[in-house]
Amino acid sequence: MSPVNTSATVRPLVKLSAIRKSFGPVEVLKGVDMAVEEGQVVAMIGRSGSGKSTLLRSINGLERIDGGVIEVDGECVDPGQIDLRALRQKVGMVFQQFNLFPHLTAGENVMLALKVVKKQDKAATRAAAESALAKVGLGHKFDAYPSQLSGGQQQRVAIARSLAMAPKVLLCDEITSALDPELVAEVLGVVRKLAEEGMTLILVTHEMRFAREVCDRLVFMHGGRIAEQGPPAKLFDRPSTPELAQFIGMVEAR
Amino acid sequence: MAYSFDFSSLLDYTPVLVDGVATTVALTAVSTVLGVALGIGGAAARTSSVKPLAVVVGAYVELIRNTPFLVQLFFIFFGLPSLGIRLAEWQAAVLAMVINLGAYSTEIIRAGIEATPKGQIEAGASLGMTGPQIFRYVVLGPAMAKIWPALTSQIVIVMLGSSVCSQIAAEELSFAANFIQSRNFRPFEVYFLATALYLALAVGLRWIFSLMGQRMFAKGVSRA
Amino acid sequence: MLNFTLWDILSNLLLAARWTVLLSLIAFVSGGVAGLLLLVARVSPVPPLRIAAKLFIEVFQGTPLLMQLFIVFFALPLIGIETSAWTSAAVALTLFTAAYLAEIWRGCVEAVPKGQWEASASLAMTFPEQMRHVILPQALRIAVPPTVGFSVQVVKGTAVTSIIGFVEVTKAGTMITNATFQPFLVYGLVGLIYFALCYPLSLSAKALERKLNVAR
Ligand SMILES: Nc1ncnc2c1ncn2[C@@H]1O[C@H](COP(=O)(O)OP(=O)(O)OP(=O)(O)O)[C@@H](O)[C@H]1O
Ligand SMILES: [Mg+2]
Repeated sequence: MSPVNTSATVRPLVKLSAIRKSFGPVEVLKGVDMAVEEGQVVAMIGRSGSGKSTLLRSINGLERIDGGVIEVDGECVDPGQIDLRALRQKVGMVFQQFNLFPHLTAGENVMLALKVVKKQDKAATRAAAESALAKVGLGHKFDAYPSQLSGGQQQRVAIARSLAMAPKVLLCDEITSALDPELVAEVLGVVRKLAEEGMTLILVTHEMRFAREVCDRLVFMHGGRIAEQGPPAKLFDRPSTPELAQFIGMVEAR
Repeated sequence: MAYSFDFSSLLDYTPVLVDGVATTVALTAVSTVLGVALGIGGAAARTSSVKPLAVVVGAYVELIRNTPFLVQLFFIFFGLPSLGIRLAEWQAAVLAMVINLGAYSTEIIRAGIEATPKGQIEAGASLGMTGPQIFRYVVLGPAMAKIWPALTSQIVIVMLGSSVCSQIAAEELSFAANFIQSRNFRPFEVYFLATALYLALAVGLRWIFSLMGQRMFAKGVSRA
Repeated sequence: MLNFTLWDILSNLLLAARWTVLLSLIAFVSGGVAGLLLLVARVSPVPPLRIAAKLFIEVFQGTPLLMQLFIVFFALPLIGIETSAWTSAAVALTLFTAAYLAEIWRGCVEAVPKGQWEASASLAMTFPEQMRHVILPQALRIAVPPTVGFSVQVVKGTAVTSIIGFVEVTKAGTMITNATFQPFLVYGLVGLIYFALCYPLSLSAKALERKLNVAR
C-alpha cells in the first residue's frame, strides 16, 4: 500500500532495539524491538495496560526509557544522551485529548512552534499554517479558538499543528477515543489521506476496521512485549498466538 | 568584611529563649482553641438564616481581615483602656490572636460548610433533626475535614504573627530575642537563631495538625 | 502642640499613609518580579534550582515577617550594604512577597493540564519556550484573583516595618499617640485607613474570582 520502497536494504526510519521501561517496580516495556520504514503505516493494538502508549511516548522522549536504543532518522536516542529538540522536530505526536492550546486560535496553535522552534518568519509561518489547516479541511477555522470547535475539528487542528512542523514520522495515540462516534470518521479520513500521501505513521488504535484497511503492518502488544506482528489480514485471519486470537475475539464481540 | 559570627554567647541565654518559645507555644495553643471555637460559631452565624447576625459577623470578618494584626493588637492593648478595659500584656496578646484567628477561621469554615451537598442536610432534616443538630452532626465534621489544611496554614500564620506581640512587651520568642540582643549586642546571631526556632515551631505545628487531621478524619471522609 | 484636632491627627496619618502605599507598591511589584523568577525555578526541570526555590519559599513562609525584617536589617551591613529602615523594609517585604506569590502561582501552573506540557514538548519546545508561550499565559489568567487577594497581605505586612522604625501609618499612629494620649482614637483611625486601602482590594479579588468561575 505504501508507495515507498520497502526493500530490506533501506535503513528504517524508526528503529527500536530492546526498549525497557519501568514505572517504579513495574516493568511496563520488557524489551521491545521494532523497525518502521519510511512511508509505512503501523498500527499498534493490544489490551489496556499492555504498554502501547508508553512505547509510543518513548519514541519522542515523553517517557525516558531505562534501556535499549531508539533511533529516528539516524538521530540516536539512548537513555543517557538525548537531543530532545532535534528528535522532536522529526517526530510529531497527536494525543487522545487533543491538547490544543486553549488561549490560542487554531492558526496560532499551528504557528507557535514554527515561530519559536523553527524560527520561521511571519509570512512563512502564516503560509505553512494555512496550508496545514487546509489539508485537514479547516482552512476556514484559522481564527477560531479551540473552545469554538467540535472535538473532531480540534483533533484535526492538532494533526495540522504536528504536520506543519514537517515531521518524518507522526505518532497518534488513540486519537479518536475521546470523540463522539459521529466525529470519528472525519479524523480517520484525515489520517487515511496522510497514509495515502506516504506519511510515516505509527498509530495506537482500537479502530480495527480502519487498521485493517489502512495499515501496512499490525503490531500486537501483550504484557510489555510485541507478541506478534505482520500484515493486518494475516493477523486478523490467522493469529498465531492464543493471546491475539483472544484479543480479536474480544474486540469483535463488542 | 571582618565580621566573625559568634553564636556561643547565646548559650548563656538559653533559659530566656526557652521561656520565649514556651510563651509563644502557649499563646498559640490557647488562641488556637478559642479562635477556632469562635470561627465555628462565626461560621454557623454567617450561614444561619438570621440575617442581622450574618451581617454583623460578616462585618467583623471583613474588618479583621483587612487590617494588620499589629494595629489590632495596639488597639486592644493601648486603646481599650480608654474604655476602662485594661488587659495584661499576655491577655491582650491572646485576645488579639483569638479575634484575628476567629475571623479567618470563620471564613475558612464557612467555605467548608457551603461545600456540603444539599442532600445531606435534607437527609438530616428528614430524620427529624433540628437546624443546630444538623449543623453539629451532619455538616461540621466533613466541613472541618475539608478545610483542615487551610485552617492549619492560618494557624501557622497566626503563630508567626504573634512575634509582633513583643511590641506590647508580651514575653514571647521575639521579645526574648530583643532582650538578648540588647545584652550581648549580637543581633544577627540572635535573630537568626530565633528565626530558626520559629521555623521549627512552624514545621512542628504543621506536623501535629496533619497527625490530628489523620486521626480525626481518617474514617469515612474522602479527601478530594 | 497640646491641642490636636481630629483633622490634625487624620491629616498626619494620611500623610504617613503615603509611605504605606509606596512601600506596598514597591514590595508588590519587585516581589512579583522576584516571585516570577522563583516560580520558574520552582517548576523548572533542573533539580538544584527546584530544591533551592522550594527551600526559599518554605523558609519565608515558615518564619515571621518581623524576624525577616530584623535579619535583613542586621545582615545587610554585614555584607557591606549601607542600610536604612526604608531599604530593609523594601528588601524584606520583597522577599516575603516573592515567596508567597511564587507559591500561589505554582498552584496556578499546576492547574494547567499535563497535556499542555506534553503537547508543547512534543512540538520540540524547550522549557523556557513552554513557560513563556503555553503555560504562563494560561496560569496567569487564573492567577489574577489570588494575586490581587494577596496584595492585601502585603499592605498589612507593611505595618510590621514600623517596628524597625520605618515611619508609615502605624508608626505615625504610635508617634501621634505619644503626643496626644488618645490611643483609642488614633489606632482606630489607623485601622480605618488600612481598611480603606485593603477592603477594595479584597472586594475586587472576590469579584475577579467570580468572573473567572463564570467564564469557565
Ligand atoms: N506515569 C506512570 N506511572 C506509573 N505507571 C504508569 C504510568 N504510565 C503508565 N503506567 C502503567 O504502565 C502500564 C502500561 O501503560 P500504557 O498507558 O502504556 O498502556 P496502554 O497499552 O496504552 O493502555 P490503554 O489501552 O489503556 O491506553 C499500565 O499498567 C499503566 O498503569
Ligand atoms: Mg494508552
